[in-house]
Amino acid sequence: MSLLELKHVYKIYGDLHALDDVNLTIDEGEWVAIMGPSGSGKSTVMNIIGCMDKPTKGEVLLDGKDISKETSQGLTDIRRDKIGLIFQQFHLINYLTALENVMVAQYYHSMPDEAEAMEALERVGLADRAHHLPSQLSGGEQQRVCVARALINHPELILADEPTGNLDETNERIVLDLFRQLHAEGTTLIVVTHDAEVGASAERVITLEYGKVTSENGGTEFGKAARKDVI
Amino acid sequence: MKKSSMYLRMITASLARRKSRMLVALLAVTVGSTILAGLVMVYYDMPRQMGEQFLAYGANMIFVPSSDSDGMTSEEIEQAASEIDGSVEGVISYCYESATINDAPIVIAGCDLNATLETSPYWQIDGALPQAEGEILVGLNQADFFSLQVGDTVPVSYIPADVKAAVEGENLNGDVEGKVLKEFTVSGILDTGSTEEDYFFISEEDMAGLTGETLTYDVTELRVNADADALAASVERIEQAVPGVTPQLVKRITESQTTVLSKLSALVLLVTIITLALTMICVATTMTAVVTERRREIGLRKALGASDKSIMLEFMGEGLMLGLIGGLLGSVLGFGFAYLVSTNVFNSTITFLPALVPVTVLAALAVTALACVMPVRNATKVDPALVLKGE
Repeated sequence: MSLLELKHVYKIYGDLHALDDVNLTIDEGEWVAIMGPSGSGKSTVMNIIGCMDKPTKGEVLLDGKDISKETSQGLTDIRRDKIGLIFQQFHLINYLTALENVMVAQYYHSMPDEAEAMEALERVGLADRAHHLPSQLSGGEQQRVCVARALINHPELILADEPTGNLDETNERIVLDLFRQLHAEGTTLIVVTHDAEVGASAERVITLEYGKVTSENGGTEFGKAARKDVI
Repeated sequence: MKKSSMYLRMITASLARRKSRMLVALLAVTVGSTILAGLVMVYYDMPRQMGEQFLAYGANMIFVPSSDSDGMTSEEIEQAASEIDGSVEGVISYCYESATINDAPIVIAGCDLNATLETSPYWQIDGALPQAEGEILVGLNQADFFSLQVGDTVPVSYIPADVKAAVEGENLNGDVEGKVLKEFTVSGILDTGSTEEDYFFISEEDMAGLTGETLTYDVTELRVNADADALAASVERIEQAVPGVTPQLVKRITESQTTVLSKLSALVLLVTIITLALTMICVATTMTAVVTERRREIGLRKALGASDKSIMLEFMGEGLMLGLIGGLLGSVLGFGFAYLVSTNVFNSTITFLPALVPVTVLAALAVTALACVMPVRNATKVDPALVLKGE
């Protein structure tokens, strides 16, 4: 059953078609990588799927509901209730501890629960770093806190924007292992990436070029190269 | 954990762990609250302070006998003084009589000379006040006229009223039967720059000895520490309660006091308004900088599902927390400021007004809330998508 559907989606800025008739279907529990060169429209797709922007034309169905017609508050509610976000630059609040950063997501969603937040940190292997500030954590540790924050409200969809872009190889593997666990548990993952290994870890690779979907499952040269490198 | 606990935890963490930026805003609120609390404390205490200052200019109320009375008795004066609303710092009653020195007419005043120290602090005396029987204080003009110096003796002649009536129409110079002659020693020369320099002053006992009668008084001077309204109300009460006494205000003193007080009040109000405005500008500038610095954090919070209302509450909460801390600090420091002003400007201490603490805190909260309105509105306009743009 499809969790997300983009039907004839356009995003037009003046003469620029950032997205040009994009059609996509992502099923529940699927792990999809969105790849493509700079300026291909990855970020625009990410913004629209992440309910942070609306398309100029077309339908975006999340759980069967067209989110392209939602108000700003409606989009905020969907983002809070259904989506977990992971960022390239982690975006932890620098004056809150790792535990408090996870609890912030709970605070906006429902009720802060310290024990549950601690469990999420345990899951990403950071229980002993729970009371450290982001400045006292390595990049990999910060990204794992970001993953714990994305997981804490049990979202239907986890959206990751270049999640390993700022990590070394070891930490990249740790994060990808976490993604594999989540995928195995049935979480839907959409990962926007330049990284061939991250793309190859996904079940399906969607490649964007000039605002259009040019291939799925690594059909383009770019996608093939990405998968081949890893394999 | 309750949502409110997490809210407080976020706000306090933001303030405590981002000290340098928030310290500027806290300093602004504290300085503003200190000046506000200090000035208001001085403002409330000012009528009393001004009253004390103006007492140095002499009596601000006088009693004279009513038109149908020849003089006021001590009892009447005491009763009238008890009707005064305010602290009576000094009372002196004068009994004036005409006398002569070597046939030259003089006016001699009998009074409690030691009380003049209280009522007339501006008196300059070359020598001393009369302390022993037979001593006299001479006004500067009279000392010049009679070429008197401290230690000289002076013969004072007094014709009692009954004798005067009996010999009406006759020349009173020379020997008149019943005339009283008494020698006084000059203890001091009085320099006031005012009409007192035309008189001679002796003690009440000497005056009673000279006249041979129980003294009644022609004028009583009072120094009352009270504002103009209280003085006016006291005058009305005395007129009703003591028919033999006509109270009057010394207008040059009471009106000056009112004028100076109203000018100082306006100045205090102006300085307070300017200080609060500057505080507001400083807090608004700091909060604007804080919002700009934290755009990415605001974007993240919105990306995590924070509503505009949540963002407003969080930033307003931080502002109000600064207002609360600054207001409390300002109340305490304000007392120190008022104490310094009071001791250095008015030379007197000041009492702490506990009621001023909530007033200062509320004012600080109002100023910070107002200062936060624009920055907080800007915070809600931050686009959550900026967290994905790697800014």
